[in-house]
Formats: sequence, structure tokens, C-alpha cells
Amino acid sequence: MRVVVDFDKCTSNAVCMAVAPEVFEVRDDGYLYILQEEPPDALRPKMEDAVRQCPTGAISVEG
Amino acid sequence: MASGGRIVIVGASLAGLRAAQTLREEGFDGTITVIGAEPHLPYDRPPLSKEALAGTMPDEEVYLPLGALDADFRLATRATSVDLGERSVALDSGQTVSFDRLVLATGAHPRSLSGLPDLEGVFFLRTLDDCLAIRARLTPGCRVVVVGAGFIGSEVAATCQGLGLDVTVVEALPVPMVRGVGELVGRRCARLHADHGVRLQLGVGVTGLAGDHRVEAVVLADGSVIPADVVVIGVGVTPATEWLAGSGLDLENGVRCDRWCRALSGGEAVAGVVAAGDVARWENPLFGEVMRVEHWTNAAEQGRAAALTLLHGQEAPVFDPVPYFWSDQYETKIQFVGRVGPDVRVVDGSLDDDRFVVAYGSEGRIVGALAFSRPARLMAYRSMIARRDTFPDAV
Ligand SMILES: Cc1cc2nc3c(=O)[nH]c(=O)nc-3n(C[C@H](O)[C@H](O)[C@H](O)COP(=O)(O)OP(=O)(O)OC[C@H]3O[C@@H](n4cnc5c(N)ncnc54)[C@H](O)[C@@H]3O)c2cc1C
Ligand code: SF4
Repeated sequence: MRVVVDFDKCTSNAVCMAVAPEVFEVRDDGYLYILQEEPPDALRPKMEDAVRQCPTGAISVEG
Repeated sequence: MASGGRIVIVGASLAGLRAAQTLREEGFDGTITVIGAEPHLPYDRPPLSKEALAGTMPDEEVYLPLGALDADFRLATRATSVDLGERSVALDSGQTVSFDRLVLATGAHPRSLSGLPDLEGVFFLRTLDDCLAIRARLTPGCRVVVVGAGFIGSEVAATCQGLGLDVTVVEALPVPMVRGVGELVGRRCARLHADHGVRLQLGVGVTGLAGDHRVEAVVLADGSVIPADVVVIGVGVTPATEWLAGSGLDLENGVRCDRWCRALSGGEAVAGVVAAGDVARWENPLFGEVMRVEHWTNAAEQGRAAALTLLHGQEAPVFDPVPYFWSDQYETKIQFVGRVGPDVRVVDGSLDDDRFVVAYGSEGRIVGALAFSRPARLMAYRSMIARRDTFPDAV
């Protein structure tokens, strides 16, 4: 599973970070960092939750 | 009756779309019919007071992705009543659609101000068509008066200021957004407008509009007259339940639902009927409170939760979210999680800064938090609220 963020759409609101802090981190510089681009399969439900909750539809999960 | 049959969804917007998508993801293989009063496929409303109004987002980007959704959309079609005995919905076309299960997702309508004449140049902002009509009027040099300093009114003011227009905001209450964020933060939001050269008239209501055919000015209760070429009224919304009058459903400022989003009639859950989004007033077990939430994340999440209930009944999880919303005004990202409480404490930065976090407590528990441009720090509070941490220890 690969997590992809469209940074043109992302507005750094950290909603995904509330869902999965082990994968997403918005830092004080105002940018979103992806901590694990290929998170373990156990995180799939959380990734799907992040995809649904992202207000800009910026996150997708491949594979 | 867990699979197959026909599910009708009334309201073709965020909550309705998420319900339809969830039904398919969960393997529902019957018919899904989505009835929408607007001529558009589902689109996103938040940009309508922000990028879409400013003209910086291409119009086609406001539409929500449908993916490969297998559903029959009946657009430009309004549901006029529902018969729970016959299990059918009547449409304004004169047709009726029968259903096995039903999702009520009709959202909310903007509230109007009584006694104002119908003049050109006066708008509400709820739909894409409203947004395009207002945008067409925002020509250089035009004077904009926004009535109501709630979130949508404040965003319209900020967007118009960003376009270089002359903007005045008129608010009947002495502090803007008290209901949404409390008094302390409401005052801070007032300063945001002032800092950007937007005039804010607080504590004075609008009593009339001047102009023959086109609006020329807004008249206030204290007798003052504010010249206006465009007036945008943003004084809140009411849940779109008018078509459900007489259906037998419990309507209490929204469709009254239980913790599974099942619509109630005489206090009892109606089999196979759920509600979601701005129209639903449900019991949120996390707060032990009956609430109706008028924000994006709730519509998305509740649309999903309601669909899960339709498929799995009480085996589905109860709907117990920590509400979340955001509002973009000028360069400030305002974000809020949870509920407003009587105890307020600044927990990061200071109200004099451009960035800070405020926590809200009630009866010794942390119930909410708000931030100006501090997204990551705010989100830490979302889990504290969900865990019912104590206030002020948690902060
Ligand atoms: C300008 C604007 C800006 C916003 N900005 C933000 C923001 O920044 N952050 C945030 O969290 N939230 C924001 N919101 C709120 C958010 O958009 C709403 O909470 C969300 O749209 C609610 O979704 P819904 O599907 O419940 O209802 P709606 O989106 O209201 O959709 C209901 C649909 O049902 C249709 N309908 C109504 N009655 C009938 C009927 N009888 N028959 C058939 N169809 C019917 C309506 O025409 C409408 O298309 C904003 C809203 C607006 C208007
Ligand atoms: S939720 Fe979406 S918009 Fe927000 S920070 Fe994450 S990817 Fe960006």
C-alpha cells in the first residue's frame, strides 16, 4: 500500500494527522510531511479513514 | 432485507453522496436512486465563499469526485413529501418513487430576513448558482455589505476584501460568532476584520434596503444608511425539513434521530429510514447531547454512518464523532474541534498573536478547542476530547 498526497490540493489542515499521526505530520513550517510512504497493511483502515476525512480530497491510497 | 431492493437518497450533496458511496463499498447490490433539487451533480460548498467566489478555482473543480458510483441521479427534481406507510416519496414532477430504505440528506436552506424588499443585487449564498451570481456582480470599485458576521458572512467579507473591494459587515449581535466560538474568540474574530480594513458594525440590526429596482443601500436600526452595490445575507440556515411536514417523523429543528442516525417517529426509530448531514439532529453519545452540526466533516461522516446503519442495523457503530470545522478568513486558518464550553483557556500563544490555541471545558471535562493557524497543535485536542480527558489537567 502506497500513500500519495496531491500537494497542490493539500491545505495543511492536519485532519489526516489526527487520524494517523504515524503517517502524516504537519509541522510548524506549515507543510505536511509523509512519515511513511508505504505504511504497513495494519494501517489500511486508518488510511481509508484519512482519505475520507481529507476535506480537499488530496490523499489517495494505491495498491 | 440487508441487501437488494431499492434505497432512495433525498439530497444530492455531500451527505447523500457519501451515503451512496458507502452502500456500494459495503456491497449493496440493489438500486440506488438519488433525488436532488439542484440541477448539479454533487459539489463541494466550502469553496463557494472562498476560492470559487474569488474566481481562483476553476468552476469544474468544485464538483465532488463520483468515481465509478452506480446510482441513478434524478437532478432538478424536488421531493415534496414522504409516505412512510406506502414507503414512497412524491416528486415535484408528479411522479412517486417507492423505496425499501430511505436516506434523508436535504441539508439546510439559508434563513431570510423578514420584511426586506426583493431587490436586484441582494443575495444569499448556499449554492453554486448563488456563488456564480454574486461573483458576476463583484466588479472593481463595487461596495459590498455583508449582513451577518457568522462563518459564511465573514468568509465572503474576507474574499471580497481580497478582491480589493470596499466591504462592510453588519451584525445584530454585539460580538460576532458567539454561538460558534464563544465570546472571547468572537471578539478576536472581530479584530481580524478590522485589521484588514473591513468595517464591522456590531450590535445593530438591518431594518431595510433602499433602492427602486436595484439595491442602493442597507438601512440599519439606528437610522444609519450604508451605500451598497451588492448585499450578501448570511444570517444562518434552517434544516430543510419543510417537505417532511405531516410525514409523522419527529421534526425538532431537524430530523430527530437516535445514536445510529435512525429517524424517529413518536420517539421510536422508523425501520429503514436514516438521516445525515445538516438536516439531522441526533444524539451524540460522546457528549450525551442531541446536536445538529452544519459542517462539512459531519455531513461526510454521518452520510457514511447512516448508510452503515441501513445495511447493518444496530450492529453498525453508533455515530459519536468529535465535530470539526474550519473557516478560512484572510490569511488565517480558523479550526475548531468539539463543542464550546463555559470554561475558556488560552493554551498556546496569545490572543494578541496571529496564531494561538484556545481550549474549552465544561464540568471538568475538555469539550472543545479552537486554533488560529495552528493545525497540528489543534488536532492533538481532538483525541483528548474523544478520550473525555479532564479540564484543566489535559490542557
Ligand atoms: C458557502 C458555504 C461555505 C461553507 N464552508 C464551510 C467550511 O469552510 N467548513 C465547513 O466545515 N463547512 C462549510 N460549509 C458547510 C458545509 O458545506 C455543509 O455542512 C454541507 O454542505 C452539508 O452537506 P449536506 O449534504 O448535509 O447538505 P447540503 O450540502 O445542504 O445539500 C442538501 C441538498 O439537498 C437538496 N434538497 C433540499 N431539499 C430537497 C428536496 N425536498 N428534494 C430534493 N433535494 C433537496 C438541496 O438542494 C441540496 O443540494 C459551507 C457551506 C456553505 C454554503
Ligand atoms: S487532511 Fe488533506 S488537506 Fe489536510 S493536511 Fe492532510 S492531506 Fe492536507
